[in-house]
Amino acid sequence: MPKTISEKILADHAGKSEVFPEELVEVKIDFAVGNDITAPLAIEAFRRAGAKKVFDRERISLVPDHFVPNKDIASAIQARMMSEFAKEFDLPYYFEVGRMGIEHALLPEQGLVLPGDVVIGADSHTCTYGALGAFATGVGSTDLAAAMITGRIWFKVPPSMKFIFSGKLRPWVGGKDLILYTIGRIGVDGARYRAMEFAGELIDSLPMADRFSMCNMAIEAGAKVGIITPDSITEQYVSARAKRPYKFYCSDPGAAYEAVYEWDLSNLEPVVALPHSPQNVKQVTEIPHTPIDQVVIGSCTNGRLEDLRLAARVMKGRKVARGVRCIVIPATQRVYLEAMEEGLLEIFIEAEAAVSTPTCGPCLGGHMGILAPGESAVATTNRNFLGRMGHVESKVYLSNPAVAAASAILGRIAHPEEVLS
Amino acid sequence: MKIKGKTWKFGNDVDTDAIIPARYLNTTSAKELASHCMEDADPGFASRVKPGDIIAAGKNFGCGSSREHAPIAIKAAGVSCVVALSFARIFYRNAFNMGLPILECPEGAERIRTGDELEIDLDSGIIENHTRKETYRAQAIPPFMQKLLKAGGLIEYVQEQMSGIE
Repeated sequence: MPKTISEKILADHAGKSEVFPEELVEVKIDFAVGNDITAPLAIEAFRRAGAKKVFDRERISLVPDHFVPNKDIASAIQARMMSEFAKEFDLPYYFEVGRMGIEHALLPEQGLVLPGDVVIGADSHTCTYGALGAFATGVGSTDLAAAMITGRIWFKVPPSMKFIFSGKLRPWVGGKDLILYTIGRIGVDGARYRAMEFAGELIDSLPMADRFSMCNMAIEAGAKVGIITPDSITEQYVSARAKRPYKFYCSDPGAAYEAVYEWDLSNLEPVVALPHSPQNVKQVTEIPHTPIDQVVIGSCTNGRLEDLRLAARVMKGRKVARGVRCIVIPATQRVYLEAMEEGLLEIFIEAEAAVSTPTCGPCLGGHMGILAPGESAVATTNRNFLGRMGHVESKVYLSNPAVAAASAILGRIAHPEEVLS
Repeated sequence: MKIKGKTWKFGNDVDTDAIIPARYLNTTSAKELASHCMEDADPGFASRVKPGDIIAAGKNFGCGSSREHAPIAIKAAGVSCVVALSFARIFYRNAFNMGLPILECPEGAERIRTGDELEIDLDSGIIENHTRKETYRAQAIPPFMQKLLKAGGLIEYVQEQMSGIE
């Protein structure tokens, strides 16, 4: 029977010839990850279970990225819990400050998560790795603890939904716009418990950075995974980095989808998700004059080198508007270094933006850019829930990096062409 | 198992940042998390909720982050059960892993209002609304999830498995 890529990966990992949507299966995992917010609970659960060893020390990564560099004493204690656990079990893929990056940018960059993998992470944006053709999904800390012990996890096989994108993208429109558009069309629970499969000519030519942005936000539509069939673009990204063998899976012709959407997005302008939901999506050209106080360029959604290049193209030779704080956060140390070597950081600093060491910080209202009551921010992050970036009376607008950069320059939500023309 | 309590009603798409804002995630203490439960949705909730009370909500309850702190905060605040039209998938798993009973009940989610006195039979999924003199049938808890609840949560379930291996 023809199967989807998600069903084929799960079947192989369950040791079955085929699996069916809604079936409960127990699968072997290839990789597991936790961060400084979720790992402490997982470590407590691990100890409570009486576990004495992890299933495979080379298939677990602990990444302090949310509240580090430690923002307060409580966060420092949580981060230390992780580093001590990593030391006790001799985990090679614990990434200390100075080596770390935002987990969902770091693990693909390091070749630790690979095509064909089943990956679980105690972080909802673990679905990012679907861009590599992996079945990757976020779980809670206790699920992570159990998986660290057994190397296995149970799943309900998700029904698949297919999203076919065609046409030719306009300038300044990228993966972030495609996924925001999708969430705007189907809603924040439009793919609840489903596998979102992204396909079509636009995806075939989409660079990896954009594919990561898209799969990253599948959770914002409620999905279990966002996934893209690996191809030559994937191969080029993965081959030089892979720490172990990997396998390309693809959906069979005639595989069953619960829904198929086909969109020609040739006329789409860059989009923005208005407060307080990622589904409140409007084209930037439709948004009335909206002054802003802050811009954040970074996060697991848009903190990659390609994202910073886009922002730099808009900001080069210009200044951030008076009254606006612009914070640029490269997602990993490597991105930071490459951005420096390419001169991007110089462009940001000359523009009077702040450039920070990697952290998730402002995205979840942790640190490094919290909003006061009444303030508004344009952010390349993934969530604009009430109070997400600070006070409950603050507002977050989600956009791609070019729109965020243009907004920083003009002090209001802006199309990049308004700056460059 | 039967649960009785007064209801607190919330709307659609209650996200995990509303259940427990990230600014409080620098602790794993259930008591501390509970003191900020639902803070950004209803600032007075944590101080007014009584042990045994029930949360009712619309669709997609618990959407957003994977933070297990969300069901921990709800449970430690004394809430005995969450009844919603539907749940976000990570929250659904986490709730069972933490031993927080949750029920999907579209009819109940629509009819129940704040202050309603409910009696819930977790085994049958029958919800009696004593205030409105109505009865709703929730979707039965899948057998696999019942196994987790019976073991007392995922950690206890894994302990059973480990003792089987050794």
